[in-house]
Amino acid sequence: MSTDQTSTIQISQSAHQGGQAGKPSETREHWYLEPDGALRARVSNLKFWYADGTQAIDDVSMPLVDKKVTALIGPSGCGKSTFLRCFNRMHDLYQGVKYSGSINLLPEDENLIDLDANIVRMRVGMVFQKPNPFPKSIYENVIAGLKIRGIRKREVLDEIVETSLRQAALWDEVKDRLHQPALSMSGGQQQRLCIARALAVKPEILLLDEPTSALDPIATAKVEDLINELSGNVTVLIVTHNMQQAARISNYTAYMYLGKLIEYNDTNDLFQRPKCQRTEDYITGRFG
Amino acid sequence: MRPESSGVQVSAHFLRKRETVNQIAKYVLMAAAAISVLVTVGIVYVLVSEAVVFFEEVSVWEFISGTSWTPLFAVPTFGILPLLSGTIVVSGIALGVSIPLGLTLAVYLSEYAPDKVRETVKPILELLEGVPTVVYGYFALFLVTPLLQIVFPDLPGFNMLAPGLVMGIMILPYTTSLSEDAMRAVPNSIREGAYALGYSRFHTAVKVVIPAAISGITAAFILAMSRAVGETMVVAIAAGQMANFTFNPMEGAATITAFIVQVSMGDVSHGSVAYMSIFAAGLVLFLLTLTFNLIGFFLRKRYRQAY
Repeated sequence: MSTDQTSTIQISQSAHQGGQAGKPSETREHWYLEPDGALRARVSNLKFWYADGTQAIDDVSMPLVDKKVTALIGPSGCGKSTFLRCFNRMHDLYQGVKYSGSINLLPEDENLIDLDANIVRMRVGMVFQKPNPFPKSIYENVIAGLKIRGIRKREVLDEIVETSLRQAALWDEVKDRLHQPALSMSGGQQQRLCIARALAVKPEILLLDEPTSALDPIATAKVEDLINELSGNVTVLIVTHNMQQAARISNYTAYMYLGKLIEYNDTNDLFQRPKCQRTEDYITGRFG
Repeated sequence: MRPESSGVQVSAHFLRKRETVNQIAKYVLMAAAAISVLVTVGIVYVLVSEAVVFFEEVSVWEFISGTSWTPLFAVPTFGILPLLSGTIVVSGIALGVSIPLGLTLAVYLSEYAPDKVRETVKPILELLEGVPTVVYGYFALFLVTPLLQIVFPDLPGFNMLAPGLVMGIMILPYTTSLSEDAMRAVPNSIREGAYALGYSRFHTAVKVVIPAAISGITAAFILAMSRAVGETMVVAIAAGQMANFTFNPMEGAATITAFIVQVSMGDVSHGSVAYMSIFAAGLVLFLLTLTFNLIGFFLRKRYRQAY
């Protein structure tokens, strides 16, 4: 934790120095890193329109690295949550929306825009801004996704409940009250339960939509630790409006502005040596 | 430094006047609340005191165990069971129609229907509530019974099946509208949570939304049940008014309410035992609906969810 904080301080200082030097950033409008390592998905020329015709995503192309944490940052209304919700076709619940372009799941190379939305949601999990456990027991919440996949064997369920809750760093707190209502837990515990519920079905991608914005600082720290643990095991795409958080927990960061992707880069590079002037303005707080 | 006061002077007279209005308002509101309580207490008092006089003539045991109800005969009998069986059969049919139909409709309106369809269907449905029950009664007698007689040629003109079915439609607004309200009150975030796990629309409705709304849905059913048990005109018109101890819906029978309306028409002399019997029957009806309401109250408390 302490090393993270010093790195955060270094980030802003070096960013300021970069701003004074002002050499590399000014010329570039966009800059996209081509990352090493296997990819889990590749977004190509994605555009998205809401039912009222407003275009929220404008020609975004971006890789999603396998088993790494990718953060989406940007000012309010820049389309980062909208972009995230394209990955599990959440927009399809509301009529009249339109997509163009593709989000190809790898290695199968299937465009998830063309797949059945229910099938996509079986493969791509999501955790929301506000904890939303079902008004059922803790145990039933974790197995909710397994039951509709036809898994009913008690021993299998018991085992997945334990591993998922351990992964979500919740097991020790709830192992003695698995059958109590989920709504009796604190907000932070509820959010970790929602993460366990999403992890239980082993999603190909886990989407996190500002998962700590409704939590207090201690609960936030726990969720951040948990996301750090997930890195290396699960492919995570997280939206956050807290830049320090993005710096602390992600391997790659994408900066979005007005529905466009400005910069996609290694997290350390993006915060310490941003390639674009607009990224630098945002992370140094001169804008946004 | 202390902040300066605004400088607006409030007169003592104004404050006194305000206080008086406050006090008066408090007593007026209390009186309004007291009236509703007093009326209820008054009704219960009349029911119980008249029923006590009845039970001085007829033993309680004869009343609750007798299988024959003929208060208007030369040799009267006062067994409540025939009236109770009629009430149970007719209400049972009504609920059997109304609960599945109402719940299905509520799921459709809340989870499937586009806004426009819901905004059209719901007011029309609520219009059913405004149809006078007498109309439903004649509807049962002159339309539904003849139609049923095509299928069951032996069905008598007065039977419990037709009024039961019609009553099921009559209480549909209660079951549908209230359970739909309860389902719509389930926050969208819970629905999105289910979809995000790969739930289909149907699974989201059945496995997540209905359980989350169960307290409101229960309340809707209990209200419908009370309504069915207390309903008078439909059964009085279409089920015949002969008390009949049977659970066969193909026969005619009287319900508690049908009997009360029959005696209240005025061909029974005031103060006779037959006259008193309507209070005893009314008391049974009151206890029946009270029990349902209490069950509903506790179920609601048990399953209430705060979001």
